[in-house]
Amino acid sequence: MHIVICIKQVPDSAHIRVHPVTNTIMRQGVPTIINPYDLFALEEALRLRDVHGGEITVLTMGPPMAEDALRKALTYGADRAVLLTDRYFAGSDTLATSFALSQAIAKIGETFGKPDIVFTGKQTIDGDTAQVGPGIAKRLDLVQLTYVAKIGVVDFEAREIAVERRSEGGTQMLKSKLPCLVTMLEGTNEIRRGMLDDALRAARSEIVKWSATDAGIEDLMKCGLRGSPTVVKRVFAPTARAEKAARIDTTDKSPRDLADELIAEIFTRQPSMEHELAFNGGA
Amino acid sequence: MSTVNQATPPPAAARAAMKKELPEHFKGYKHVWVFMELERGQVHPVSFELLGEGRKLADKLGVELAGVVVGPPGEATWHAVAEAFAYGADLAYIIEDPLLSDYRNEPFTKAMTDLVNSYKPEILLLGATTLGRDLAGSVATTLLTGLTADCTELDVDADGSLAATRPTFGGSLLCTIYTLNYRPQMATVRPRVMSMPKRVERPVGRIIPHKLSMVEEDIVTKILGFLPDGQSAKANLAYADVVVAGGLGLGAVENLQLVKNLAQSIGAEYGCSRPLVQKGWMPADRQIGQTGKTIRPKLYIAAGISGAIQHRVGVEGADLIVAINTDPNAPIFDFAHVGIVSDAIRLLPALTEAFMRRLSPHNRDKLAS
Ligand SMILES: Cc1cc2nc3c(=O)[nH]c(=O)nc-3n(C[C@H](O)[C@H](O)[C@H](O)COP(=O)(O)OP(=O)(O)OC[C@H]3O[C@@H](n4cnc5c(N)ncnc54)[C@H](O)[C@@H]3O)c2cc1C
Ligand SMILES: Nc1ncnc2c1ncn2[C@@H]1O[C@H](COP(=O)(O)O)[C@@H](O)[C@H]1O
Repeated sequence: MHIVICIKQVPDSAHIRVHPVTNTIMRQGVPTIINPYDLFALEEALRLRDVHGGEITVLTMGPPMAEDALRKALTYGADRAVLLTDRYFAGSDTLATSFALSQAIAKIGETFGKPDIVFTGKQTIDGDTAQVGPGIAKRLDLVQLTYVAKIGVVDFEAREIAVERRSEGGTQMLKSKLPCLVTMLEGTNEIRRGMLDDALRAARSEIVKWSATDAGIEDLMKCGLRGSPTVVKRVFAPTARAEKAARIDTTDKSPRDLADELIAEIFTRQPSMEHELAFNGGA
Repeated sequence: MSTVNQATPPPAAARAAMKKELPEHFKGYKHVWVFMELERGQVHPVSFELLGEGRKLADKLGVELAGVVVGPPGEATWHAVAEAFAYGADLAYIIEDPLLSDYRNEPFTKAMTDLVNSYKPEILLLGATTLGRDLAGSVATTLLTGLTADCTELDVDADGSLAATRPTFGGSLLCTIYTLNYRPQMATVRPRVMSMPKRVERPVGRIIPHKLSMVEEDIVTKILGFLPDGQSAKANLAYADVVVAGGLGLGAVENLQLVKNLAQSIGAEYGCSRPLVQKGWMPADRQIGQTGKTIRPKLYIAAGISGAIQHRVGVEGADLIVAINTDPNAPIFDFAHVGIVSDAIRLLPALTEAFMRRLSPHNRDKLAS
């Protein structure tokens, strides 16, 4: 069994600040993390390896410092890490990103063995599009299984996989074929604590570093800015609302009085509401 | 949108101006399309919201608005066609085939890409639902065109390009994205982000049927079963008129009962901020915000919620936001309409009682008369 999982290094959005004048992201000092959604995919891959044995390759495309994210993935127990890094990739949108990643996955297949499953996270917290997974699937002609809540039986002999997939209003039970691409839903598992052995190995491991050429990418026009049909035209801060909330004065008032006052305020602002609530409520 | 090298506006803008030259073969791409999402016989309301937006875009461009319906042969599929007209479409494309009865990526991608290649729209809009996102990603990659996800605003600029605005970096910034040199320009929009247009009974417009060129043997994925969501998950938070939500300020899982009681007394849905889901206090589908549901109720009552940007983006469409928070400086007071600096644990039960008094059967009779 060989699993490839795509992870992305992202700024920890809890620490992101926007420059008040230039409206740019102030990246200095913002810690980076593995995209949290990708950890659900990584854990699922590790669980499959627990049962079936085999190898897990983590892949990321990013600047040289994305190596940190890969090492972190190795501490969780991944076997091999590939960093796809090249200035030609700068400015990639989702179409160009999925192109580069799919080329690298093909190369990983030639070099280390064809993957049975490619995992991605549901989405990233910076790009936040949930498109890269489907993009890779289409380009590699893999069956696309998105929003997977649970992986059932995987039969590597018969080349079959059963999954439960989140869909609008319920769960689909699907049977499909390997190789496939799975995007994992969040909250489906919890990433394990890495073992000491893995931490030691991660520190020593060679990370495979590929440029566009190394990954066998011939058509550089499909990469980075030039390969991206979309461009960001304008970045701006959301407009703050002009007026602040009308405050209800709470001095010396019992909760009962406050509640009456609040309700009066609500019905003054939304006169039709009183009638609607009276006939909706369980009162 | 650039995923590797974000937030570099000046060069991006220069590039946008530079690269704008639509190749000849894309010049014939005309009209605005909305994918009508059908799931188990029901049209997803996000499709109507998109028709409302699509109408505005089409009018600005002086082109037609089409609803695209792909589904199994039968009444439900034709009903979706009729609904597309009622919500503003001039024409409808329809593919009816038994293979399209439950959503699977392969036949739906095939249906949509065939339609695009045959009839060439300039703009294609889909709902950012699980189905819409699954489909949009593979349709865009197959067509090798751009796709902008989770837009909050759509417009056309002076030269007729789609300007798609979406939050980035968790809502702390917005960016406007163009699809240069490729057609169609694709975008997804989450349910409830756009307002619902008026339904107007009108004569049926033009209907263009098309065939699905695929057989079951071509489709790798098989559906073994479908398990509808249980009662809790049936919560129609996104479409509720009144929503009451609790946050970490409630302090303990027991106190969520106060939120539920209030919600029940006024026939509201209840929800929560993200940390409560992470703590396992509420199921994930009750989460409101950027990574949860977008809501657009007439009344939203938030108790013990600080109002972080990721929460804010999910509730800003509410007509009236009432915030209860002990901290007078909580960010939620920056976007709430009515604020009350008070302990939610004491105020919520009082509010429930006060609503009961005011909406008691006695008063209800007075209201009805
Ligand atoms: C990628 C990402 C996505 C996210 N997506 C979402 C999302 O979709 N939805 C979401 O909600 N969050 C989301 N978050 C989290 C968000 O950033 C905030 O952390 C979260 O909304 C805070 O929840 P809270 O307001 O309940 O808790 P806190 O921020 O801890 O606020 C608690 C509030 O309760 C008040 N309080 C305390 N005691 C009382 C009392 N007795 N009575 C009344 N008030 C009291 C406090 O003054 C405080 O303002 C996301 C974060 C990230 C990084
Ligand atoms: N630069 C990247 N390198 C590796 N994987 C990525 C990259 N960008 C996105 N992905 C994968 O694609 C998923 C969806 O990303 P997105 O479309 O940006 O929301 C992520 O969860 C990752 O698994």
